[in-house]
Amino acid sequence: MAIDLAPAARHDPSLRLDERSILLRRLVVRALDGGARGHIGSSLSLIEIMRVLYDDILRYRADTPDWPDRDRCILSKGHGCIAQYVMLAEKGFYPHEVLDTFCRLDSILGGHPEAGKIPGVEASTGALGHGLPIGVGRALGLRIHGSDARVFVITGDGEINEGSVWEAALSASKHRLANLTLLIDYNKLQSAGPTAEILDLEPLADKWRAFGFVVAEVDGHDVEALRRTLRALPLDHARPTAIICHTVKGKGLSFAENDANWHHKSSIKPDLVAQMYDALDAL
Amino acid sequence: MRPTCVDKVFELARRDPRVAYIGSDLDPPIARRMREEMPGRAFMEGVSEQHVVGMAAGLAMEGMIPYVHTIATFITRRCYEQVAVDLCLHNLPVRLIGNGGGLVYAPLGPTHLAIEDIAIMRALPNMTVVSVCDADEMKRFMDQTLDWPGPIYIRLAKGYDPIVSRPELGFEIGKAILMREAAGRRDRVLLVATGVATTRALAAADLLADEGVACSVLHVHTVKPLDTEALLRHAKGCKLIVTVEEHTLVGGLGSAVVDALVEHLPGAMPPIKRLGIPDAFARKYGSQDQLMEIYGLQPPEIAQTVRDGLCLRAA
Repeated sequence: MAIDLAPAARHDPSLRLDERSILLRRLVVRALDGGARGHIGSSLSLIEIMRVLYDDILRYRADTPDWPDRDRCILSKGHGCIAQYVMLAEKGFYPHEVLDTFCRLDSILGGHPEAGKIPGVEASTGALGHGLPIGVGRALGLRIHGSDARVFVITGDGEINEGSVWEAALSASKHRLANLTLLIDYNKLQSAGPTAEILDLEPLADKWRAFGFVVAEVDGHDVEALRRTLRALPLDHARPTAIICHTVKGKGLSFAENDANWHHKSSIKPDLVAQMYDALDAL
Repeated sequence: MRPTCVDKVFELARRDPRVAYIGSDLDPPIARRMREEMPGRAFMEGVSEQHVVGMAAGLAMEGMIPYVHTIATFITRRCYEQVAVDLCLHNLPVRLIGNGGGLVYAPLGPTHLAIEDIAIMRALPNMTVVSVCDADEMKRFMDQTLDWPGPIYIRLAKGYDPIVSRPELGFEIGKAILMREAAGRRDRVLLVATGVATTRALAAADLLADEGVACSVLHVHTVKPLDTEALLRHAKGCKLIVTVEEHTLVGGLGSAVVDALVEHLPGAMPPIKRLGIPDAFARKYGSQDQLMEIYGLQPPEIAQTVRDGLCLRAA
């Protein structure tokens, strides 16, 4: 039943970002400018994952965010929310001008996404390790209702230090949730430094296999590879899928790439905004 | 009330397809029957409280009403962030059934004593906290859990507790019940209690009645939202108020009552004494009743507190 999977991929640094990927990053900078703060590196590693999901994979209706047959997309690494905010604006859930209000007093867009406030956001996240258990419950709920809608959960790599992720992994596998897909934004840097030094996740693919998932690995900035993998879902009709997306923290900003210091900035001044736009122009 | 509660979940599940049941390695026979009869929505998950609460949230987001059942300490302490964020922040209709609230697991020691469950649950916005006094009241309560908005923490006592509730007094979530009234007495005492402490308070009132001390007993099965209106109505003009709870004195019923009285009866607050568990982990084992005696929560000790309070007042 399982299909052949591509051999383990790593991010190819020679891969060039296309115009759309650069445009989406410019929108990230727009939000960072609006809020004068934000998780920079954590959002930029997610861009192609969120882009392919919203452009090519997810079923949704922007004018009816609670359309029952929609796929449920839960950004469990809530701190990467600007990447999702940008896609929701692109898809018409709200106007692009809303990005300028990021983190402001009356904005719908906070530093972590909140369901009920933001159309298209399925769960309030930010505290890590919550998305996969919720995703398991939603996948079971959809099964109860006989729905063929799917559940996508996007986690960070530091996030899967949390034990709750592995509790949920056991359950997803036990319940054979083929309608559940986990995407791991594996940029190899958590807030305090390299994941390999802080709490090594390797062998990561083997861990997910051991927990009963069918595993694919993909270059998380390769739009075609992401499309190919996600279009092949479900990879197994009796198991949940884990897709390890090899990414670069801060992808697209030459001065921020692979640098944990750019995980989050709380005082983003106009000169830094200009520097970020310049770096994107140079791509 | 323990078997009654899960029996009622089964009954509710039979008549309402939105009901789901999740056990967390606690598996009464009725839960097994539920899984046989409705396997798609009765689950036995493992010892994974964080996951189980998140999973319940996910089910509720898809329109289900999940009842999650495990030991009270584990469903409150272990997964507090999941309860706060997944259930309360999203305001989802998940029901947490906590087995062995209070001192029920006395012989098992402090890891199993849920002595601060009410405090930490009532600190969360949107959470409703209910601690009924017996199995009959549990039946009346459970019928109302189907359509109550938002999450509910249900504190279970030991099971097979004496029946003291009366159907004619009715039951409504959030409405305290005056179980005994010291009618017409200006020198009356008000006992305010929750859960099986209400049973002890009623017995204490009987003891005191023999001595000519008239006590009203207000049963606050719903600690949150607190029925402030009933509390104020019965508190006004009392000679003494005594709160009784099988729970730490930090943040439980007594705290909630004092908060409400300070807020609403400034300058007219009757003398008040709070009975509960001191701010310390239990150092002894034995039985629930033995620990309740040590903590002054059995009828003779409650009665003595009232006598002392009245004497102090007289002095």
